[in-house]
Amino acid sequence: MLAYLIRRFGQSILVMCIMATIVFFGLYMVGNPIDLLINPEDDLAAQEAAIRRLGLDKPAYIQFFHFLGGLVQGDLGTSFVHNTPALELILSRLPATLELAFLAVILAVILGVPLGMYAGLYPKSPVSRTIMAGSVIGFSTPNFWQGLMLIMLFAVFWRVLPAGGRGETVDVLGIPVSFLTWDGLSHLFLPALNVAIYKISLVIRLSRAGTAEVGLQDYVKYARARGLSERRVINVHILKNIMIPVVTVVGLELGNVIAFAVVTETVFAWPGIGKLLIDSIGLLDRPVVVAYLMLTVFMFVMINLFVDIIYSLLDPRIRLKRGG
Amino acid sequence: MNRVITKAALAVGLAIAAGPVASETLTAGFASEPTSIDPLYHNLGPNNMIRKHMFEALIGEDESLGIRPLLAESWENPDESTWLFHLKKGVKFHDGSDFTARDFLYTVCRIPNVPNSPSSFAGFIKRVETIEAVDDMTIKVVTPGPYPLLLSDFASFGVISASAAGHDGPVTYDKDGCPDIASYPATELYNSGEAAMGTGPYKFVEYSQGERVVMTRFDDYWGEAPHWSDLVIRPISNDGARVAALLAGDVDIIEKPPAQDLERLRADPSTDVVQGASSRVIYLHFDHVGDPTPGVSGTDGKNPFMDVRVRKAVSLAIDRALIVDKIMGGLAVPARQLTPDFMRGTNPDIALETPNLEEAKRLLAEAGYPNGFGLVLGTPNDRYINDAKIAQAVAQMLTRAGIRTEVDAMTKSVFFSRRNKYEFSLYMAGWGSGSAGMASPLRALVATQDKDAGMGGTNRGRYSNPELDAVIAEAFVTVDAEAHDALLRRASEMVVEDVAILPLHYEVTPWALRAGLTIAPRADQHTVLTTVRPVN
Repeated sequence: MLAYLIRRFGQSILVMCIMATIVFFGLYMVGNPIDLLINPEDDLAAQEAAIRRLGLDKPAYIQFFHFLGGLVQGDLGTSFVHNTPALELILSRLPATLELAFLAVILAVILGVPLGMYAGLYPKSPVSRTIMAGSVIGFSTPNFWQGLMLIMLFAVFWRVLPAGGRGETVDVLGIPVSFLTWDGLSHLFLPALNVAIYKISLVIRLSRAGTAEVGLQDYVKYARARGLSERRVINVHILKNIMIPVVTVVGLELGNVIAFAVVTETVFAWPGIGKLLIDSIGLLDRPVVVAYLMLTVFMFVMINLFVDIIYSLLDPRIRLKRGG
Repeated sequence: MNRVITKAALAVGLAIAAGPVASETLTAGFASEPTSIDPLYHNLGPNNMIRKHMFEALIGEDESLGIRPLLAESWENPDESTWLFHLKKGVKFHDGSDFTARDFLYTVCRIPNVPNSPSSFAGFIKRVETIEAVDDMTIKVVTPGPYPLLLSDFASFGVISASAAGHDGPVTYDKDGCPDIASYPATELYNSGEAAMGTGPYKFVEYSQGERVVMTRFDDYWGEAPHWSDLVIRPISNDGARVAALLAGDVDIIEKPPAQDLERLRADPSTDVVQGASSRVIYLHFDHVGDPTPGVSGTDGKNPFMDVRVRKAVSLAIDRALIVDKIMGGLAVPARQLTPDFMRGTNPDIALETPNLEEAKRLLAEAGYPNGFGLVLGTPNDRYINDAKIAQAVAQMLTRAGIRTEVDAMTKSVFFSRRNKYEFSLYMAGWGSGSAGMASPLRALVATQDKDAGMGGTNRGRYSNPELDAVIAEAFVTVDAEAHDALLRRASEMVVEDVAILPLHYEVTPWALRAGLTIAPRADQHTVLTTVRPVN
């Protein structure tokens, strides 16, 4: 296990180095941030002074070495726009995104698994057909459109939920969270649902397929033959066995939501890291974009690791294999 | 045009006739957010907008960008290079301390000392030789020579409190570093609110980046108490989301409602649209630097825009009224000069041009291009109202005249970088002027590029005309307002005659509000929430 972890670690360092290079030069080629930062009223001397101050007058490779030097010391650079360390800026926005991602994943599991299992157990019933049709819609309509529809329905026509923003937050261990107040929750619900719709559809499909397959297995037939209640057969024998693919996919999707909830965060003006990323790309705030992608790669590596660990808890065969 | 002005005037009238002080919160959805609360950190529209609520400048600018007293009650010129400013008495900062000449000196001292400022305010104090406090309430400013735009410069930055910035002793100003001040506060101290003490009608409550800026009424404000007890400003950059927030009642007012939603917002009984003329001109700039030019084909390497007949032909081929009517839906006013007629220095004798396709073709033929040529028109597609659509329309009009034009539209970050590298033979951009009026675009867009003189900073067509430069230079050393404006008008005429640059139209700025509210539109397109009032 240790050797495996070390190897994994080495791989991720390599991936991060490659990412740093691609992102740095990619953004370098897009344009010069100074053209957006300075006021057009500034005269040429002031423009040049600003360029020097940000170190943008140096050739690209020198800027790149400066950046790498900082990276080695754990310094991801300082935002051109906000004059705040990029990492600090991202971390201050992270709680909002994590909250959104976790609620979305919870919604996906508590709605998706039972609905999918129902559709798997009673594939011919009209309810199941409705569930499956709904999941197709959830899959195939674009995320931003769903978001706007949710806003139109819940916020504009029925006026039951706010159209965006974060609402009231409470500090827990110094981290502002919004799921502890009614106002905060009401702001959180729509964006979370927007993120969750696709995941719910995905989990429904996985659970239905899993249920249909597992339901025919010998051990389920045997459990029924033993006279176990239908509830126990479903909740223990079927549920546990369909959860492995669900956990894998949900784990990866969690990473996806944290890193790329850009669309939802923009539509709902949710102050998470996705919105920060989009704003920073728009302003060519290179340090923030690079730091963001570095963190994202790091996070995906970690999530994959956790998913592997959860597997082994769910499936004793994997555990045994590793032990042996 | 008239309708627009009337509506603006109406809004101003309503604002003045506003009712008693209420304890209500106004929530606004802004299209872009400030990069800091520090009023001296970044000279950028969204920052300056927030600044106007909390930090007042020495000199004020009214809605149509006329100069008016603010922290300075009055001023006089003992001679052409000396200015005496008499400060308003009884003005308090948000921490309760009195505003005196020392605070203004401290502000000027700090301007060049804001670390990592992406766009400094230093340009506004560059023409100042010495500043001294004659007494607590009088400031004497000496410029190296006559300089007429000092008032506009001093209207451009907010005054901070010296004590709140952590400086207790006296302040003396020195161009090369103020001797009494050991260190200056960091921008973070303003973002946290600790040092954010201005004299404005609202004081700092909260700034959470990406989420909101909250301000509350300053009870000891020297002027008329503002209508709203609290202001909440939420950045909602997505157009659709901003409109939805207004329709849902989450916010009371939004900036920059998308043009295609205006009809609907007007028709909806729960919302209203207020619009006002702005000083922002949308223009086309030609490449004025010899052969070859990057975006022209079919001329054997020649740059056709070196010939004034070609530039005239381009101007005649474009039907500005049609663009205003069909593309802008009335959200613009056709232009021929670089500032609209209510700004100082605009020449009232220059009439709009009537488009004339035949004459355009004739001029092209006369210049040696009977079959026209190929052209790439560069434009941003997310910077100005309907920018890419305008460029498309211009391209079609030019193509009809024989200049086969393709539009190269791109996001603003890419566009401005490429433009500043001179990659276009013809590009579209915009320019918003402040209280300096015509002097601002003349200096920045058409004066010959000259780093030391501070001229031609955004003259990315590299137009150069020594005669024009001489008139502009003279205007910049003429303090007498009437004589200064006369020179600006003369220069504007020269620009139009030589078609140095091609103004298309002035933007009209819309705001969408909850029904029953109105706002006084500002010509600088800034959203200042103190001017938002109930209609009755």
